[in-house]
Amino acid sequence: MPVDLSAYDVPGRGRGILDVFRWWYLLRLLVQKGTATRYRNSVLGWIWSYVKPAAQFVIYYFVMGVVLQAHRDVDNFAIYLFSGVVIINLFNEAFGNATISIVDNRALVKKIYLPRELFPIAAIIGALIHFLPQLAILLLVCLLVGWAPSLVAIGGILLGVVIVLAFALGLGLFFSGLNVRYRDAQNFVDLIKMFSTWTSPVLYTWVLVAEALRDFPGLFFVYMSNPLTIAVELFHLGFWAPTAESTHGLPDVFLSASLVAASFCVLMLFVGQFVFRHFERSFAQDL
Amino acid sequence: MSQSQITAQTVAPPSIILDGVSKRFLKRNSHSFKEAFVGWIKGKKVRADMFTALDDLSFQVGEGESVAVLGLNGSGKSTTLKLVSGVLEPDEGRVYTRGRVAGLIEVGAGFHPELSGRENVYLNAAILGMNKKQIDERFDDIVAFSEIGDFIDQEVKHYSSGMFMRLAFSVAIHVELDILLVDEVLSVGDAPFRAKCAEKIKELTEQGITMLVVSHNMAMVKDLCERGIVIQKGKKIFDGPIDEAVEVLAVK
Repeated sequence: MPVDLSAYDVPGRGRGILDVFRWWYLLRLLVQKGTATRYRNSVLGWIWSYVKPAAQFVIYYFVMGVVLQAHRDVDNFAIYLFSGVVIINLFNEAFGNATISIVDNRALVKKIYLPRELFPIAAIIGALIHFLPQLAILLLVCLLVGWAPSLVAIGGILLGVVIVLAFALGLGLFFSGLNVRYRDAQNFVDLIKMFSTWTSPVLYTWVLVAEALRDFPGLFFVYMSNPLTIAVELFHLGFWAPTAESTHGLPDVFLSASLVAASFCVLMLFVGQFVFRHFERSFAQDL
Repeated sequence: MSQSQITAQTVAPPSIILDGVSKRFLKRNSHSFKEAFVGWIKGKKVRADMFTALDDLSFQVGEGESVAVLGLNGSGKSTTLKLVSGVLEPDEGRVYTRGRVAGLIEVGAGFHPELSGRENVYLNAAILGMNKKQIDERFDDIVAFSEIGDFIDQEVKHYSSGMFMRLAFSVAIHVELDILLVDEVLSVGDAPFRAKCAEKIKELTEQGITMLVVSHNMAMVKDLCERGIVIQKGKKIFDGPIDEAVEVLAVK
Protein backbone atom coordinates (compact mmCIF):
# COMPACT_ATOMS: atom_id res chain seq x y z
CA MET A 1 0.00 0.00 0.00
CA PRO A 2 1.53 3.34 -0.95
CA VAL A 3 2.01 5.84 1.84
CA ASP A 4 0.39 9.25 1.67
CA LEU A 5 3.44 11.38 2.41
CA SER A 6 1.46 14.55 2.93
CA ALA A 7 0.61 13.41 6.46
CA TYR A 8 4.31 13.17 7.30
CA ASP A 9 6.89 15.63 8.53
CA VAL A 10 10.46 15.72 7.41
CA PRO A 11 12.46 15.93 10.64
CA GLY A 12 14.76 18.91 10.93
CA ARG A 13 13.00 21.11 8.41
CA GLY A 14 11.59 24.24 9.98
CA ARG A 15 10.13 27.33 8.45
CA GLY A 16 13.02 29.55 9.50
CA ILE A 17 12.32 32.77 11.32
CA LEU A 18 8.58 32.24 10.96
CA ASP A 19 8.75 29.19 13.22
CA VAL A 20 9.54 31.50 16.10
CA PHE A 21 5.89 32.48 16.35
CA ARG A 22 4.89 28.90 16.95
CA TRP A 23 7.54 28.57 19.64
CA TRP A 24 6.95 31.92 21.31
CA TYR A 25 6.60 30.43 24.79
CA LEU A 26 10.03 28.84 24.53
CA LEU A 27 11.39 32.08 23.11
CA ARG A 28 10.06 33.89 26.18
CA LEU A 29 11.71 31.38 28.49
CA LEU A 30 15.01 31.61 26.62
CA VAL A 31 14.97 35.39 26.91
CA GLN A 32 14.13 35.11 30.61
CA LYS A 33 16.95 32.63 31.10
CA GLY A 34 19.34 35.02 29.41
CA THR A 35 18.36 38.01 31.53
CA ALA A 36 18.14 35.99 34.76
CA THR A 37 21.56 34.44 34.39
CA ARG A 38 23.35 37.40 32.88
CA TYR A 39 24.64 38.82 36.13
CA ARG A 40 24.55 35.70 38.30
CA ASN A 41 27.40 35.54 40.78
CA SER A 42 28.18 39.19 40.29
CA VAL A 43 28.07 41.58 43.25
CA LEU A 44 27.08 44.68 41.31
CA GLY A 45 24.70 42.83 38.99
CA TRP A 46 22.62 45.08 36.79
CA ILE A 47 24.61 48.14 37.91
CA TRP A 48 27.12 47.00 35.29
CA SER A 49 24.54 47.81 32.63
CA TYR A 50 24.82 51.43 33.73
CA VAL A 51 28.50 51.55 34.62
CA LYS A 52 29.78 50.40 31.22
CA PRO A 53 27.95 52.95 29.04
CA ALA A 54 28.66 55.66 31.61
CA ALA A 55 32.39 54.94 31.49
CA GLN A 56 32.28 54.86 27.70
CA PHE A 57 30.45 58.16 27.64
CA VAL A 58 32.95 59.82 30.02
CA ILE A 59 35.98 58.79 27.97
CA TYR A 60 34.42 59.83 24.65
CA TYR A 61 33.25 63.11 26.11
CA PHE A 62 36.69 63.84 27.46
CA VAL A 63 38.49 63.01 24.21
CA MET A 64 36.01 64.38 21.67
CA GLY A 65 34.33 67.13 23.65
CA VAL A 66 37.09 68.49 25.85
CA VAL A 67 40.33 67.63 24.07
CA LEU A 68 39.16 67.93 20.46
CA GLN A 69 36.63 70.66 21.32
CA ALA A 70 33.72 69.08 19.43
CA HIS A 71 31.26 70.71 21.81
CA ARG A 72 32.04 74.10 20.24
CA ASP A 73 30.44 73.00 16.96
CA VAL A 74 27.66 70.90 18.40
CA ASP A 75 25.11 72.33 20.77
CA ASN A 76 24.33 70.01 23.70
CA PHE A 77 27.22 67.76 22.68
CA ALA A 78 26.71 65.45 25.69
CA ILE A 79 23.25 64.41 24.48
CA TYR A 80 24.43 64.22 20.88
CA LEU A 81 27.18 61.87 21.95
CA PHE A 82 25.17 59.74 24.36
CA SER A 83 22.22 59.15 22.02
CA GLY A 84 24.64 57.85 19.37
CA VAL A 85 26.58 55.72 21.84
CA VAL A 86 23.40 54.10 23.16
CA ILE A 87 22.08 52.99 19.77
CA ILE A 88 25.48 51.72 18.63
CA ASN A 89 25.75 49.79 21.90
CA LEU A 90 22.42 48.17 21.10
CA PHE A 91 23.75 47.07 17.75
CA ASN A 92 27.05 45.76 19.10
CA GLU A 93 25.37 43.87 21.90
CA ALA A 94 22.63 42.38 19.72
CA PHE A 95 24.99 41.46 16.90
CA GLY A 96 27.68 40.06 19.21
CA ASN A 97 25.26 37.99 21.26
CA ALA A 98 23.51 36.65 18.17
CA THR A 99 26.80 35.59 16.61
CA ILE A 100 27.86 33.38 19.52
CA SER A 101 24.33 32.18 20.34
CA ILE A 102 24.51 28.88 18.45
CA VAL A 103 27.94 27.93 19.75
CA ASP A 104 26.87 28.92 23.27
CA ASN A 105 23.85 26.64 23.07
CA ARG A 106 25.77 23.76 21.55
CA ALA A 107 24.51 21.28 24.17
CA LEU A 108 20.98 21.84 22.93
CA VAL A 109 21.69 22.23 19.24
CA LYS A 110 23.59 18.93 19.18
CA LYS A 111 20.91 16.90 20.85
CA ILE A 112 17.47 18.32 20.17
CA TYR A 113 15.92 19.68 17.05
CA LEU A 114 14.43 23.12 17.57
CA PRO A 115 14.09 25.93 15.08
CA ARG A 116 17.65 27.13 15.63
CA GLU A 117 16.73 30.68 14.68
CA LEU A 118 15.32 30.88 18.20
CA PHE A 119 18.79 31.31 19.68
CA PRO A 120 19.95 34.37 17.74
CA ILE A 121 16.51 35.92 18.09
CA ALA A 122 16.47 35.33 21.87
CA ALA A 123 19.95 36.86 22.04
CA ILE A 124 18.77 39.96 20.19
CA ILE A 125 15.69 40.38 22.38
CA GLY A 126 17.98 40.01 25.39
CA ALA A 127 20.13 42.83 24.03
CA LEU A 128 17.02 44.96 23.58
CA ILE A 129 16.08 44.44 27.24
CA HIS A 130 19.60 45.32 28.24
CA PHE A 131 19.32 48.49 26.19
CA LEU A 132 16.25 49.76 28.06
CA PRO A 133 18.07 51.02 31.20
CA GLN A 134 20.42 53.03 28.97
CA LEU A 135 17.49 54.39 27.04
CA ALA A 136 15.84 55.37 30.35
CA ILE A 137 18.91 57.37 31.40
CA LEU A 138 19.05 59.10 28.04
CA LEU A 139 15.37 59.95 28.27
CA LEU A 140 15.77 61.27 31.81
CA VAL A 141 18.65 63.55 30.83
CA CYS A 142 16.73 64.78 27.80
CA LEU A 143 13.67 65.55 29.91
CA LEU A 144 15.87 67.51 32.33
CA VAL A 145 17.09 69.78 29.54
CA GLY A 146 13.58 70.37 28.22
CA TRP A 147 12.93 67.54 25.74
CA ALA A 148 9.27 67.21 24.87
CA PRO A 149 7.94 64.22 22.96
CA SER A 150 6.77 64.86 19.42
CA LEU A 151 5.53 62.55 16.72
CA VAL A 152 8.68 63.06 14.67
CA ALA A 153 10.95 62.41 17.66
CA ILE A 154 9.23 59.24 18.78
CA GLY A 155 8.84 57.97 15.23
CA GLY A 156 12.53 58.57 14.60
CA ILE A 157 13.56 56.74 17.75
CA LEU A 158 11.36 53.71 17.06
CA LEU A 159 12.46 53.54 13.44
CA GLY A 160 16.09 53.74 14.54
CA VAL A 161 15.62 50.81 16.92
CA VAL A 162 13.81 48.76 14.27
CA ILE A 163 16.57 49.36 11.71
CA VAL A 164 19.29 48.38 14.18
CA LEU A 165 17.47 45.23 15.28
CA ALA A 166 16.73 44.12 11.73
CA PHE A 167 20.32 44.75 10.67
CA ALA A 168 21.66 42.93 13.74
CA LEU A 169 19.35 39.99 13.05
CA GLY A 170 20.39 39.70 9.42
CA LEU A 171 24.08 39.91 10.20
CA GLY A 172 23.63 37.81 13.35
CA LEU A 173 21.99 34.95 11.44
CA PHE A 174 24.71 35.12 8.83
CA PHE A 175 27.61 35.04 11.26
CA SER A 176 26.11 32.70 13.85
CA GLY A 177 25.68 30.06 11.15
CA LEU A 178 29.16 30.67 9.81
CA ASN A 179 30.66 30.70 13.30
CA VAL A 180 29.76 27.08 13.92
CA ARG A 181 32.15 25.82 11.29
CA TYR A 182 34.61 28.68 11.16
CA ARG A 183 35.26 30.27 14.53
CA ASP A 184 37.12 32.99 12.62
CA ALA A 185 33.69 34.57 12.24
CA GLN A 186 33.77 35.64 15.87
CA ASN A 187 36.96 37.63 15.33
CA PHE A 188 35.62 39.18 12.19
CA VAL A 189 32.52 40.23 14.11
CA ASP A 190 34.74 41.87 16.73
CA LEU A 191 36.24 43.93 13.92
CA ILE A 192 32.82 45.00 12.68
CA LYS A 193 31.85 45.97 16.22
CA MET A 194 34.99 48.06 16.55
CA PHE A 195 34.24 49.80 13.24
CA SER A 196 30.58 50.41 14.01
CA THR A 197 31.27 53.35 16.35
CA TRP A 198 33.66 55.07 13.96
CA THR A 199 31.90 54.55 10.65
CA SER A 200 28.76 56.34 11.77
CA PRO A 201 28.41 59.89 13.06
CA VAL A 202 28.56 59.13 16.78
CA LEU A 203 31.69 60.97 17.88
CA TYR A 204 31.61 63.58 15.10
CA THR A 205 29.00 65.04 12.75
CA TRP A 206 28.13 63.99 9.21
CA VAL A 207 29.03 67.54 8.13
CA LEU A 208 32.72 66.78 8.70
CA VAL A 209 32.45 63.66 6.56
CA ALA A 210 30.65 65.57 3.81
CA GLU A 211 33.45 68.15 3.79
CA ALA A 212 36.17 65.53 3.73
CA LEU A 213 34.45 63.67 0.88
CA ARG A 214 33.45 66.86 -0.98
CA ASP A 215 34.95 65.57 -4.23
CA PHE A 216 33.51 62.10 -3.85
CA PRO A 217 29.72 62.46 -3.45
CA GLY A 218 29.31 58.77 -4.30
CA LEU A 219 31.46 57.78 -1.39
CA PHE A 220 29.53 60.04 0.93
CA PHE A 221 26.34 58.40 -0.25
CA VAL A 222 27.81 55.01 0.63
CA TYR A 223 28.73 56.35 4.04
CA MET A 224 25.18 57.61 4.59
CA SER A 225 23.64 54.35 3.34
CA ASN A 226 25.08 52.43 6.25
CA PRO A 227 21.98 51.38 8.24
CA LEU A 228 23.81 52.31 11.43
CA THR A 229 24.44 55.85 10.17
CA ILE A 230 20.73 56.20 9.44
CA ALA A 231 19.81 54.81 12.87
CA VAL A 232 22.25 57.14 14.64
CA GLU A 233 20.91 60.13 12.73
CA LEU A 234 17.35 59.09 13.60
CA PHE A 235 18.35 58.95 17.27
CA HIS A 236 19.92 62.39 16.97
CA LEU A 237 16.70 63.56 15.36
CA GLY A 238 14.64 62.06 18.17
CA PHE A 239 16.66 62.90 21.26
CA TRP A 240 19.20 65.55 20.47
CA ALA A 241 17.64 67.85 17.85
CA PRO A 242 14.63 68.87 20.03
CA THR A 243 17.00 69.89 22.84
CA ALA A 244 19.53 71.78 20.73
CA GLU A 245 19.13 75.44 19.84
CA SER A 246 20.75 74.99 16.46
CA THR A 247 21.39 71.83 14.54
CA HIS A 248 23.31 71.00 11.39
CA GLY A 249 20.20 69.29 9.98
CA LEU A 250 20.23 66.27 7.73
CA PRO A 251 22.07 65.89 4.41
CA ASP A 252 20.07 66.18 1.17
CA VAL A 253 20.67 62.55 0.37
CA PHE A 254 19.22 61.40 3.70
CA LEU A 255 15.94 60.11 2.34
CA SER A 256 17.41 58.21 -0.61
CA ALA A 257 20.22 56.87 1.58
CA SER A 258 17.61 55.71 4.12
CA LEU A 259 15.78 53.78 1.42
CA VAL A 260 19.01 52.13 0.33
CA ALA A 261 19.83 51.31 3.95
CA ALA A 262 16.37 49.85 4.57
CA SER A 263 16.61 47.72 1.42
CA PHE A 264 20.05 46.59 2.50
CA CYS A 265 18.64 45.51 5.89
CA VAL A 266 15.91 43.48 4.20
CA LEU A 267 18.41 41.95 1.79
CA MET A 268 20.71 41.08 4.70
CA LEU A 269 17.82 39.37 6.48
CA PHE A 270 17.23 37.13 3.47
CA VAL A 271 20.92 36.45 2.94
CA GLY A 272 21.38 35.79 6.66
CA GLN A 273 18.46 33.39 6.77
CA PHE A 274 19.67 31.62 3.64
CA VAL A 275 23.22 31.16 4.89
CA PHE A 276 21.94 30.13 8.32
CA ARG A 277 19.76 27.47 6.75
CA HIS A 278 22.65 26.25 4.68
CA PHE A 279 24.95 25.79 7.66
CA GLU A 280 22.15 24.58 9.92
CA ARG A 281 22.17 21.23 8.16
CA SER A 282 25.55 20.43 9.63
CA PHE A 283 25.34 22.22 13.00
CA ALA A 284 25.13 18.98 14.97
CA GLN A 285 28.20 17.59 13.21
CA ASP A 286 30.34 20.69 13.47
CA LEU A 287 29.75 21.59 17.08
CA MET B 1 16.35 13.12 -5.23
CA SER B 2 13.54 10.89 -6.38
CA GLN B 3 10.11 11.61 -5.05
CA SER B 4 8.86 8.13 -5.78
CA GLN B 5 6.12 6.52 -3.80
CA ILE B 6 6.92 4.64 -0.66
CA THR B 7 5.11 1.39 0.03
CA ALA B 8 4.01 0.68 3.57
CA GLN B 9 5.69 -2.44 4.92
CA THR B 10 4.14 -2.48 8.36
CA VAL B 11 0.76 -3.74 9.49
CA ALA B 12 -0.25 -0.46 11.08
CA PRO B 13 0.40 2.72 9.07
CA PRO B 14 4.09 3.58 9.48
CA SER B 15 5.05 6.30 11.97
CA ILE B 16 8.69 6.43 11.02
CA ILE B 17 10.02 5.88 7.51
CA LEU B 18 13.65 5.72 6.52
CA ASP B 19 14.05 5.30 2.80
CA GLY B 20 17.53 4.61 1.42
CA VAL B 21 19.21 6.84 3.95
CA SER B 22 22.94 7.45 3.84
CA LYS B 23 24.91 9.67 6.16
CA ARG B 24 28.54 10.53 5.75
CA PHE B 25 30.79 12.48 8.05
CA LEU B 26 33.94 14.33 7.18
CA LYS B 27 36.93 13.25 9.17
CA ARG B 28 39.16 16.28 9.05
CA ASN B 29 42.85 15.65 9.12
CA SER B 30 43.84 19.26 9.60
CA HIS B 31 42.09 21.98 11.53
CA SER B 32 43.86 25.15 10.44
CA PHE B 33 45.92 26.54 7.59
CA LYS B 34 49.04 26.14 9.69
CA GLU B 35 48.30 22.51 10.43
CA ALA B 36 47.46 21.85 6.81
CA PHE B 37 50.69 23.48 5.67
CA VAL B 38 52.88 21.64 8.17
CA GLY B 39 51.11 18.39 7.29
CA TRP B 40 51.70 19.03 3.59
CA ILE B 41 55.42 19.62 4.20
CA LYS B 42 55.67 16.41 6.18
CA GLY B 43 53.81 14.55 3.45
CA LYS B 44 50.86 13.68 5.67
CA LYS B 45 47.27 13.53 4.58
CA VAL B 46 45.78 17.00 4.60
CA ARG B 47 42.40 16.65 2.95
CA ALA B 48 39.38 15.41 4.84
CA ASP B 49 38.38 11.76 4.70
CA MET B 50 34.85 10.62 4.16
CA PHE B 51 33.42 8.29 6.74
CA THR B 52 30.16 6.54 5.97
CA ALA B 53 28.07 6.23 9.11
CA LEU B 54 24.93 4.94 7.43
CA ASP B 55 24.79 3.28 4.04
CA ASP B 56 21.48 3.00 2.23
CA LEU B 57 19.47 2.18 5.34
CA SER B 58 15.73 1.60 4.95
CA PHE B 59 13.17 0.57 7.47
CA GLN B 60 9.73 1.50 8.71
CA VAL B 61 8.23 1.50 12.14
CA GLY B 62 4.50 1.03 12.39
CA GLU B 63 2.28 3.02 14.67
CA GLY B 64 2.39 1.64 18.20
CA GLU B 65 5.35 -0.60 17.47
CA SER B 66 8.42 -0.78 19.72
CA VAL B 67 11.58 -1.35 17.76
CA ALA B 68 15.14 -1.67 18.98
CA VAL B 69 18.12 -0.64 16.88
CA LEU B 70 21.01 -2.91 17.80
CA GLY B 71 24.62 -2.92 16.84
CA LEU B 72 28.15 -2.63 18.14
CA ASN B 73 29.68 0.71 19.06
CA GLY B 74 30.09 2.91 16.01
CA SER B 75 27.67 0.94 13.87
CA GLY B 76 25.44 3.99 13.32
CA LYS B 77 22.71 3.48 15.90
CA SER B 78 22.82 6.93 17.44
CA THR B 79 23.12 8.53 14.01
CA THR B 80 19.91 6.76 13.04
CA LEU B 81 18.13 8.21 16.04
CA LYS B 82 19.50 11.68 15.35
CA LEU B 83 18.20 11.50 11.79
CA VAL B 84 14.74 10.63 13.05
CA SER B 85 14.80 13.43 15.63
CA GLY B 86 15.91 15.95 13.00
CA VAL B 87 19.17 16.94 14.64
CA LEU B 88 21.03 15.57 11.64
CA GLU B 89 19.93 15.56 8.01
CA PRO B 90 20.62 12.63 5.68
CA ASP B 91 23.00 13.11 2.76
CA GLU B 92 20.93 10.76 0.66
CA GLY B 93 17.51 9.24 1.03
CA ARG B 94 14.45 10.39 2.89
CA VAL B 95 13.27 10.39 6.47
CA TYR B 96 9.64 10.91 7.43
CA THR B 97 7.86 10.95 10.75
CA ARG B 98 4.21 11.23 11.63
CA GLY B 99 3.17 12.88 14.89
CA ARG B 100 5.13 14.54 17.64
CA VAL B 101 8.61 13.17 18.12
CA ALA B 102 10.39 13.48 21.45
CA GLY B 103 13.50 11.83 22.66
CA LEU B 104 14.97 10.67 25.89
CA ILE B 105 18.27 11.14 24.08
CA GLU B 106 18.38 14.71 25.17
CA VAL B 107 17.95 14.19 28.90
CA GLY B 108 19.37 17.16 30.72
CA ALA B 109 20.74 18.87 27.60
CA GLY B 110 18.73 22.03 28.18
CA PHE B 111 19.31 22.28 31.90
CA HIS B 112 20.95 25.42 33.14
CA PRO B 113 22.86 24.97 36.41
CA GLU B 114 22.14 28.49 37.62
CA LEU B 115 18.38 28.14 37.38
CA SER B 116 16.18 26.46 39.96
CA GLY B 117 14.68 23.03 39.43
CA ARG B 118 11.30 24.61 38.81
CA GLU B 119 12.61 27.02 36.17
CA ASN B 120 14.49 24.19 34.50
CA VAL B 121 11.37 22.04 34.31
CA TYR B 122 9.54 24.82 32.48
CA LEU B 123 12.46 25.59 30.20
CA ASN B 124 13.05 21.97 29.24
CA ALA B 125 9.44 21.08 28.77
CA ALA B 126 9.16 24.09 26.47
CA ILE B 127 12.27 22.95 24.59
CA LEU B 128 10.56 19.60 24.08
CA GLY B 129 7.61 21.46 22.57
CA MET B 130 5.10 21.99 25.38
CA ASN B 131 3.29 25.25 26.07
CA LYS B 132 2.73 26.87 29.44
CA LYS B 133 -0.70 25.41 30.06
CA GLN B 134 0.43 21.85 29.37
CA ILE B 135 3.41 22.25 31.68
CA ASP B 136 1.29 23.76 34.46
CA GLU B 137 -1.01 20.74 34.28
CA ARG B 138 1.82 18.25 34.52
CA PHE B 139 4.17 20.07 36.81
CA ASP B 140 3.12 18.22 39.97
CA ASP B 141 3.37 14.85 38.23
CA ILE B 142 6.83 15.67 36.97
CA VAL B 143 8.07 16.64 40.44
CA ALA B 144 6.40 13.65 42.07
CA PHE B 145 7.91 11.23 39.57
CA SER B 146 11.39 12.66 40.02
CA GLU B 147 11.17 12.31 43.83
CA ILE B 148 12.97 15.65 44.11
CA GLY B 149 10.54 17.02 46.70
CA ASP B 150 11.44 20.33 48.33
CA PHE B 151 14.65 20.65 46.36
CA ILE B 152 12.63 21.79 43.35
CA ASP B 153 13.25 25.45 44.20
CA GLN B 154 17.00 24.96 44.70
CA GLU B 155 19.43 25.82 41.95
CA VAL B 156 20.20 22.76 39.89
CA LYS B 157 23.94 23.14 40.42
CA HIS B 158 23.43 22.06 44.03
CA TYR B 159 21.74 18.82 42.95
CA SER B 160 23.49 15.48 43.11
CA SER B 161 24.02 13.91 39.70
CA GLY B 162 21.31 11.37 40.46
CA MET B 163 18.78 14.06 41.34
CA PHE B 164 19.68 15.96 38.20
CA MET B 165 19.16 12.97 35.95
CA ARG B 166 15.94 11.99 37.69
CA LEU B 167 14.43 15.42 37.17
CA ALA B 168 15.59 15.62 33.57
CA PHE B 169 14.22 12.18 32.79
CA SER B 170 10.97 12.99 34.51
CA VAL B 171 10.45 16.06 32.30
CA ALA B 172 11.19 14.10 29.14
CA ILE B 173 8.84 11.27 30.00
CA HIS B 174 5.92 13.60 30.69
CA VAL B 175 6.05 15.31 27.32
CA GLU B 176 3.06 14.77 25.08
CA LEU B 177 4.29 12.67 22.19
CA ASP B 178 3.50 10.06 19.57
CA ILE B 179 7.00 8.81 18.87
CA LEU B 180 9.52 8.25 21.65
CA LEU B 181 13.21 7.91 20.92
CA VAL B 182 15.26 6.28 23.65
CA ASP B 183 19.03 6.30 23.56
CA GLU B 184 20.79 4.49 26.36
CA VAL B 185 19.37 6.59 29.15
CA LEU B 186 17.79 3.92 31.24
CA SER B 187 20.97 3.69 33.21
CA VAL B 188 19.68 6.71 35.12
CA GLY B 189 19.65 6.70 38.91
CA ASP B 190 19.50 3.75 41.28
CA ALA B 191 17.81 0.39 40.73
CA PRO B 192 14.37 1.37 42.07
CA PHE B 193 14.25 4.49 39.90
CA ARG B 194 15.36 2.52 36.85
CA ALA B 195 12.58 0.03 37.46
CA LYS B 196 10.11 2.89 37.75
CA CYS B 197 11.32 4.35 34.43
CA ALA B 198 11.04 1.03 32.65
CA GLU B 199 7.51 0.68 33.98
CA LYS B 200 6.58 4.18 32.83
CA ILE B 201 7.92 3.47 29.35
CA LYS B 202 5.94 0.23 29.19
CA GLU B 203 2.86 2.15 30.22
CA LEU B 204 3.46 4.57 27.34
CA THR B 205 3.82 1.78 24.79
CA GLU B 206 0.59 0.26 26.02
CA GLN B 207 -1.06 3.61 25.33
CA GLY B 208 -0.02 3.15 21.71
CA ILE B 209 3.01 5.35 21.27
CA THR B 210 5.66 4.34 18.80
CA MET B 211 9.09 3.69 20.20
CA LEU B 212 12.57 3.48 18.75
CA VAL B 213 15.20 2.30 21.24
CA VAL B 214 18.96 2.21 21.09
CA SER B 215 20.62 0.26 23.85
CA HIS B 216 23.31 -2.22 24.73
CA ASN B 217 21.23 -3.58 27.56
CA MET B 218 19.82 -6.74 25.94
CA ALA B 219 17.62 -7.67 28.87
CA MET B 220 15.92 -4.29 28.76
CA VAL B 221 15.57 -4.34 24.99
CA LYS B 222 13.96 -7.78 25.07
CA ASP B 223 11.62 -6.55 27.74
CA LEU B 224 10.54 -3.38 25.91
CA CYS B 225 10.56 -4.23 22.21
CA GLU B 226 9.08 -6.90 20.00
CA ARG B 227 11.17 -6.18 16.92
CA GLY B 228 14.87 -5.61 16.45
CA ILE B 229 16.95 -4.13 13.65
CA VAL B 230 20.63 -5.00 13.65
CA ILE B 231 23.00 -2.68 11.86
CA GLN B 232 26.63 -3.28 11.17
CA LYS B 233 28.92 -0.62 9.73
CA GLY B 234 25.91 1.43 8.70
CA LYS B 235 24.13 -1.39 6.87
CA LYS B 236 21.07 -3.25 7.99
CA ILE B 237 21.89 -6.94 8.41
CA PHE B 238 18.79 -8.14 10.21
CA ASP B 239 15.22 -7.02 10.78
CA GLY B 240 12.86 -9.28 12.68
CA PRO B 241 11.71 -10.57 16.06
CA ILE B 242 13.73 -9.17 18.95
CA ASP B 243 14.95 -12.54 20.28
CA GLU B 244 16.45 -13.46 16.93
CA ALA B 245 17.95 -9.99 16.54
CA VAL B 246 19.72 -10.31 19.87
CA GLU B 247 21.09 -13.68 18.76
CA VAL B 248 22.30 -12.27 15.45
CA LEU B 249 24.16 -9.58 17.33
CA ALA B 250 25.64 -12.09 19.78
CA VAL B 251 27.09 -14.13 16.89
CA LYS B 252 28.76 -11.08 15.32
